Amino acid sequence: MTDERSAPGAGGVLVVGGGISGLTTALEAAEVGKDVFLVEKNPCLGGRVAQLNQYFPKLCPPSCGLEINFKRIKNNRKIRVYTTTEVKSVEGAPGNYQVTLETAPRGVNSKCTACNACVEVCPEERDNVFNFGMDKTKAIYKPHDMAFPMKYAIDFAACSKCGKCVEACKYDAVELDGQAETKTVDVASVVWATGWNPYDPTKMDNLKYGSSDAIITNMMMERLAAPGGPTDGRILRPGDNKEPESFAFVQCAGSRDENHLEYCSYICCMASLKQITYIRERYPEAKVTVFYIDLRTPGKYEKFREKLMADENVTFIKGKVAEIIAEDDGGVTVVAENAVTGSKVHAKVDLAILATGMEPAGKDAAARVGVVVDNNGFIASDVDKAMLSAGCAKKAADVVTCTQNSTAAALKAIQASR
Amino acid sequence: MDKKYGAYVCTGCGIGDVLDIEALTEVVTGEMSMGCKTHEALCGAAGREFIENDINNDGVNTVVIGACSPRVMQDVFDFGDDKITVRANLREQVVWCQPEGAGADFTQELASDYMRMACTQAKKSDLPAPYQLEVINKKVLVMGGGIAGMTAALEAARAGYGVTLIEKAEVLGGKALGWRKQFPTSSPWTDLEENSIADLVNAVNANDSITVKTSTEVARISGAPGDFAATFKAAETKSEWDAPFKVTVDEQEKIEKGQLEDPNAGLQKYTKIDPAAEKFGSVVLATGWTPADVSEYEHLLPGNDKVVTNAQFEKLAKEGKVPARVAFIQSPGGEEHDRDFPFCNSVTSMVALKQASYVREDNVDGKAYILYQHMRTPGNMEMFYKAAQNDDGIFLTKGAVTGVEEQGGTLLVNAKDTLLNQDISLEVDMVVLAAGLVPTTGGNKAMINLAYRQGPGFLDLDLFDGYADSHFICFPYETRRTGVYTCGGVRKAMTMEETIDDAAGAALKAIQCIESVDRGVSVHPRSGDQSYPEFFFQRCTQCKRCTEECPFGALDDDEKGTPLPNPTRCRRCGTCMGACPERIIGFKNYNVDMIGSMVKSIEVPDDDEDKLRYLVLVCENDAYPALDMAAMRRKGLNNLVRFIPVRCLGSVNVVWVKDALSSGMDGVMLLGCKYGDDYQCHFVKGSEIANKRMDNIGETLGSLGLEPERCAMKQVAITDFDKVPGMIQEFVDEINELGPNPFKGF
Repeated sequence: MTDERSAPGAGGVLVVGGGISGLTTALEAAEVGKDVFLVEKNPCLGGRVAQLNQYFPKLCPPSCGLEINFKRIKNNRKIRVYTTTEVKSVEGAPGNYQVTLETAPRGVNSKCTACNACVEVCPEERDNVFNFGMDKTKAIYKPHDMAFPMKYAIDFAACSKCGKCVEACKYDAVELDGQAETKTVDVASVVWATGWNPYDPTKMDNLKYGSSDAIITNMMMERLAAPGGPTDGRILRPGDNKEPESFAFVQCAGSRDENHLEYCSYICCMASLKQITYIRERYPEAKVTVFYIDLRTPGKYEKFREKLMADENVTFIKGKVAEIIAEDDGGVTVVAENAVTGSKVHAKVDLAILATGMEPAGKDAAARVGVVVDNNGFIASDVDKAMLSAGCAKKAADVVTCTQNSTAAALKAIQASR
Repeated sequence: MDKKYGAYVCTGCGIGDVLDIEALTEVVTGEMSMGCKTHEALCGAAGREFIENDINNDGVNTVVIGACSPRVMQDVFDFGDDKITVRANLREQVVWCQPEGAGADFTQELASDYMRMACTQAKKSDLPAPYQLEVINKKVLVMGGGIAGMTAALEAARAGYGVTLIEKAEVLGGKALGWRKQFPTSSPWTDLEENSIADLVNAVNANDSITVKTSTEVARISGAPGDFAATFKAAETKSEWDAPFKVTVDEQEKIEKGQLEDPNAGLQKYTKIDPAAEKFGSVVLATGWTPADVSEYEHLLPGNDKVVTNAQFEKLAKEGKVPARVAFIQSPGGEEHDRDFPFCNSVTSMVALKQASYVREDNVDGKAYILYQHMRTPGNMEMFYKAAQNDDGIFLTKGAVTGVEEQGGTLLVNAKDTLLNQDISLEVDMVVLAAGLVPTTGGNKAMINLAYRQGPGFLDLDLFDGYADSHFICFPYETRRTGVYTCGGVRKAMTMEETIDDAAGAALKAIQCIESVDRGVSVHPRSGDQSYPEFFFQRCTQCKRCTEECPFGALDDDEKGTPLPNPTRCRRCGTCMGACPERIIGFKNYNVDMIGSMVKSIEVPDDDEDKLRYLVLVCENDAYPALDMAAMRRKGLNNLVRFIPVRCLGSVNVVWVKDALSSGMDGVMLLGCKYGDDYQCHFVKGSEIANKRMDNIGETLGSLGLEPERCAMKQVAITDFDKVPGMIQEFVDEINELGPNPFKGF
């Protein structure tokens, strides 16, 4: 590994965000031969796709592609990866930016072998953010099974600094008193691949998220279905671990709504249909109702939709959900008007899944350093300034579209370095 | 390379607690005659220094490391390109995956075998030397002068690469030349924009790095990345250099016997390179789409002169005024189904919105009716949709259009199940059918016109409805033809905005391929791999298996059938090596002898029924990580099993199975990726081919008096870490029922 500061104007690329889009941008540029700095604010790379159980429409595991990408990074000396790191400031001009990065203390240094001895002695617990708080980890934790780098981290909000992990670690890997560090890198261009967050479901008063354990989000559903998830892949209702017999999908939970996200979040229709296959695999008899405005399953996704629509235990109702009511038995009633018949529908189900949309995650970080974001928080690529965007930082999109436009962003970044 | 070995066993992470390290090092120093040292944490700074000392002071250049999985700590154990490093996975696959109550001798024997295999691998491995073309051409050939092709050309040129852009028509521009307006491309995403195609054409024409050839087509492309040779011809003409059709081995025999007409009569042989051809490093295919034929939807009166397709309507709108009352029909299925027209994707929803606004622009009291089953305006295009909804003259409803009829001078459009909660009948001047965008590669048309042994086009087009698409969600540009990337309408129906990104991405891949070839390394998925297959031709029997089975068409052949390798087309999966019955194909650091010797280095007790031995050859991409994760979760793995990672199951040569069984092992299993239509194999066909080979070997075993069940192939996903221990146990249990290998000890 060479010094972190490449020579000014040497044509390095800074990629902000280590999800599938940032990984793709970084790798595609590095494999052309460019120096790349990849920064990620979390302790490991992989982003949102690492949390997904399967991709649509192939129903293949996202970690399969991540594994290949991680292997590409391991084999490429052109990429330098900084985790728990964010961009503090951007100075300079296109072709010659000085970017200051701040690395938050991780609590665990690169000597960590992932042997797990620290976790065995740690007395403190925290909500497992990776599983949306549906289970706990210790305050010192492995981010997840596929984490890359495979190094543990400490959640200092939960850590009591008792020092037991320090004693247990044979490799001097735990640092309870680490300080934030800053460094400056010289790059020709910056690609913002800061991804998305699930839209906060508590903002939709009528959907009553939080009033019942039977109301979950689509991303929580991914974790419930994942082999490494809080229920080891069994889909159980949070709280009472009931095996649900009936499900409702609430589409456009926040999306296509002027009061929330005015755009369409692109993935939620296919995501819900995919999640029906998760349900079907585990509960062959379960009843599923989908409330939708339009089913946006264009092109090659149509076949996937039709197969599911042929399932007689799945009902599709065109109608936006008006309200969800928590019931005493732990279930919920989903209320909507069928737009075609005009009739009111009350669906009593064991579990309601809100197809929450995607909200650009990097808008504040980007705006703070002077990058222009649109009124929805997306970052438009500014080629003249060599300030580029990729993936869901640019627009709501599925993984294929993200990897396409991330590859495109890699080329734009390279052009700026000439 | 004159090798000097050094073996190192790490005692950290529990390895030293579980294993008898002294006994383990004795296996290395004794049986394997290799110096062996131990350290409490090889991955720490002191541990690395410990090894580096031997490298610097004793000239060690081949390092065997018995420690953690090869999937972790690569950076620590990377001693440079001039050193060989081999890893024995003692941590994950011995110590962390001990089954409950495992006998210490079982665990120790397992570790010893992994050290034996690693030492053997080190001995049989050589440093790869990158394959270099004598001359590399860095120009990019772009086929198709529409938005996709022009964008790809311009983007590659802006990155510093020369480009030749060819277009069949007399002028550049493609379909977009006929558009009146274009979709919004930036925030607030509500208003149509002026057509920008002229700007793009001008930019291409003004760029000195781009050579434009209009009225031109590609007859054929020979060669390989870095050295493609393209023959051009005037559009719509025939040439002796047209790409030859694929002729199978059986067909060739018939042609020679005169039983079959030679489809390639009059054409130059596919191996012949046109001396007048132009040289290129890589190719972007952007030949776009054609409007779909909708004449089969008779209930919509497709023959009526007032019923037009969206493509025809755009032309009318471009040329003049459109009628005042127009119905746009998005889905042809009536009450039967709610699909859009074929080949639509979401583009036709947006086209209808665009064209509805023409109706409003051209007529004071214009009325546009859009009848849809599902409006598809993903992402920011929702705002465009919303803007149309706010226009009183654009009437949108879900509905099943049951038919169109002519009445007097006007048309009646009938629909059921509408949002008005009643059936409707609309009187309009014109009906527009939302015809799809058929890729030019549809109907299995080659388009790319490669002069390859495996035929001129992309394989598996049927799997993608004729689109020249990738099957990989994470890797959308990967096709089965290295150095050839596709974008725009040949990949799917897409908007201009998507097309521009897609084309820039394809340009990046084209450039990346050229630079990888220049460095002598592989492209995706084994990016950066310097090894490549080498052939010992003296023993080739011209069986053609390698040429046929290569998923990437890397091998051509001569008249006799001897393979002609094209290393820059190769992705280094080793499928050719697995295919070869003569075992004449191998890589410097991965070959038949190496794995075979590793298998033979496993110690097989010949008289202990409690200690049967199983070999599992594991795909390193998905199955091996699944095993590692099982171990990280401390799930027990049967300790009679020995795992060997392979590049792809396609690289598994059946001789390894024979090696295992003839050395007394009791069963052999292959663990690899899912195959079939939703294949997950990174090399497309590897696991499928391996499965066929295993079936065949089962038969062979039967003829030798061995039970075919001793060989099996199982598909696993990377996330199957919870299932994989059980799958292995099941295989072991089945063979335990059969009893030991009857040839044990012979």
